[in-house]
Amino acid sequence: MAIEIKMPALSPTMEEGTLAKWLVKEGDTIRAGDLIAEIETDKATMEYESADEGVVAQILVGEGTDEVKVGTVIALIALDGEASVRSDSVAPLPVSAETPAPVLAGAVAEMADELALIDAAPARKASPLARRLAAAKGIDLSTVAGSGAGGRIVRRDLGIDLPAVAAPAPAIVASPPAAILPPPDVPHDTIKLSTMRKTIARRLSEAKQTVPHFYLAVDCRLDALLALRAQLNATLEGDARLSVNDMLVKALALALADVPEANVQFAGDELYQFQRVDISMAVAIDGGLVTPVITDAANLRLSAIAARSKALAAKARDGKLQPHEYQGGTASLSNLGMFGIRQIIPVINPPQAVILGVGAGEQRPHVIDGAVGIATMLTATGSFDHRAIDGAVGARLMAAFRALVEEPLRMIA
Amino acid sequence: MTYDLIVLGSGPGGYVAAIRASQLGLKTAIVERERLGGICLNWGCIPTKALLRSSEIYHYLTHLDAYGLSAERPGFDLTRVVQRSRTVADQLNAGVKGLMKKHRIEVHEGVGTIPARGRLIVEKDGAKTELSAKTIIVATGARARELPIAKADGERIWIYRHAMTPREMPTRLLVIGSGAIGIEFASFYSDMGAEVTIAEMLPRILPVEDEEVSAFMAKALTRQGMRLVTGASIESLETGTGGVTATIRTADGAVETSEYSHAIVAVGIVPNTENIGLEALGVALDRGHIVNDGYGRTNVEGILAIGDVAGPPWLAHKAMHEAIICVEKLAGQNPHPFDNGNIPGCTYSRPQVASVGLTEARAKEAGHAVKIGKFPFIGNGKAIALGEAEGFIKTVIDAATGELLGAHMVGAEVTELIQGYTIARELESTEAELIGTTFPHPTLSEMMHESILSAYGRALHV
Repeated sequence: MAIEIKMPALSPTMEEGTLAKWLVKEGDTIRAGDLIAEIETDKATMEYESADEGVVAQILVGEGTDEVKVGTVIALIALDGEASVRSDSVAPLPVSAETPAPVLAGAVAEMADELALIDAAPARKASPLARRLAAAKGIDLSTVAGSGAGGRIVRRDLGIDLPAVAAPAPAIVASPPAAILPPPDVPHDTIKLSTMRKTIARRLSEAKQTVPHFYLAVDCRLDALLALRAQLNATLEGDARLSVNDMLVKALALALADVPEANVQFAGDELYQFQRVDISMAVAIDGGLVTPVITDAANLRLSAIAARSKALAAKARDGKLQPHEYQGGTASLSNLGMFGIRQIIPVINPPQAVILGVGAGEQRPHVIDGAVGIATMLTATGSFDHRAIDGAVGARLMAAFRALVEEPLRMIA
Repeated sequence: MTYDLIVLGSGPGGYVAAIRASQLGLKTAIVERERLGGICLNWGCIPTKALLRSSEIYHYLTHLDAYGLSAERPGFDLTRVVQRSRTVADQLNAGVKGLMKKHRIEVHEGVGTIPARGRLIVEKDGAKTELSAKTIIVATGARARELPIAKADGERIWIYRHAMTPREMPTRLLVIGSGAIGIEFASFYSDMGAEVTIAEMLPRILPVEDEEVSAFMAKALTRQGMRLVTGASIESLETGTGGVTATIRTADGAVETSEYSHAIVAVGIVPNTENIGLEALGVALDRGHIVNDGYGRTNVEGILAIGDVAGPPWLAHKAMHEAIICVEKLAGQNPHPFDNGNIPGCTYSRPQVASVGLTEARAKEAGHAVKIGKFPFIGNGKAIALGEAEGFIKTVIDAATGELLGAHMVGAEVTELIQGYTIARELESTEAELIGTTFPHPTLSEMMHESILSAYGRALHV
């Protein structure tokens, strides 16, 4: 009897993912513990470890297939010695909420809900026909504006060219469909979106549409911090060596510990005020962005922050972050200083209430003791969720951050 | 008197536009030269349905035996049959009067002309009233097209208005034109006892319907004793004391001359665009209809047009659809433009015809690969129990997407069933949702479900 290998869930809330790569082919013999496929979600690629032994009889879902629902049969394994068990009529299983999702080796199930949930009420959001056409054309409905009743997405919003329907009507001014098609005369490639890209698109659109952002900027004098860093790095080796960013992480964490009213999360009728500071660090990776979390950053030594951030960044770039390493966080830090950016005004990372954007440290004219001198300055901009944080609280946070950056020895006080 | 909006014409397009405008807070006036409710209510849709109800019941009355019933000497009083239809029209006319009052729409009786943008003059019995408004909606409707060779005299040659107020029963009736109006009159008079001949210029009757509908109706009406002549052109129509003599040439070149007691001319309509002032204003027309942009706006600012005067299909509910969209757009909302793709068409003959969307031929012409579903009335329990086993429900489905492209029905009560499919199309359902819907049993509506199943080889009852 064939064993069905099913699409695994990388977290309890995952509903679908991409079967990125097969590591075995039909006819290969596998043993328990062998890695047989790479499964990709918005944040990470995980390797699927086989729990079974036998011969790969049939691969049912091809490499690169996305939107494979959790529970879908992706391959059949025949027990050694069995006759071929190819099945032509194995249909993908419908996913029920009660189906227990197999947990991958190494994934620890400790989740804040950061992964996408399929629309809870799709009938409200898109017509059945629009949903079908979108699926057939690979259009992500979360990026389409709906012009139907109540913002419902209807077929015309997809902008797909359909066979002309003969209608004996005079010239009609059609309402413009959502701009999905590129201008016809511009040469272009069509790049299929990764799960990560789609998630970024969806979450940040949601952030901009639902979170009332306000922004506070401070210019911080960096000279003392740079000097302290040089002094400390002379005593540190390897991964423990500090970057400017590591010190900014610590400064932000301590500032949040000093202004706990800014270490919050809006939750409708309630506000969660966290008793620990976990900083999500924005890390640019191939094709997108992930935010590994430095847990309890306020209480970590600078060298520990340095080591941890290096390890997480490396894992992020390799696509090997575990869910518990990128989910959660009570506030975020986004640093584009390495690109020479003077100021970044970031988008809040929901459900957090604050994200700090920092630019490059650069030599600027600066008033020192009543005269114009030169100082190394850095512009830091906090973006705040006004539902959870008011101007005064935000301002106190920014002031605390700046004080820690400009007089870094306060970090050990 | 100044308003936000003046509506010229109070038919289904006009009075609905006025009501919607009032609901949206616009100060509105409506101008009507005859009776509130326009043609539909007074000389069209409504009274003909009342007449057809009488002929339907009379048909049962003359076929009671099949139901185990009997009656002595069933008969009718034509005057009272007609009077009933007039009473129904009067009742609805009073209803529209009441609606105008309720919605505080000022009614101006008389003939309206537009001397300049923003101004409208109402003339009645020599007196003139001047109205002004930023926007004027022209909803003047249409009238029957006449044959160039013979004008309707109301005695022997009838147009619709005469046909619905006959003073005598035709014995041999020639119906010229087999669109919905011609077929309905043919059905009415045939059931009331006249010998009916239908002459149609095109190769098949009910030419806008699906081919299978035309073919089925041709057989059904022929079985009822009507004579159908297609590919026919009327060479002459001469009236005499006893009736009408018609010379008809058919496509094969044959010419026949035949005698009738009366002839009804139902060969289409002509939009009412004359004597309003549209030419002087420079309003663009296309084959007689007022050109508009899908929201009723013409090339002249402040002049809009909806309903029969603005183009096909010449149906009351199409006019109502345009009225709502046009006014909502005026009021600053953002509706989709007019969409004639989902306007159902109904013919209240016996059997009835109802359809929406594309015919099979049109769907294929437009490039769709199609699945066709068909279910006959004879397979439906309710149809048999009613003794109405004649008819079918045909569905045209896009093979690639499952979209319901069109539905075409013949048989008892189909005019009441078609709304199910128009709702499904409006919601952009696919075959999956329709198949997943539970229809009540025993009803004729179950055939709507079976027709979709049939397209996928899954019909249960046939």
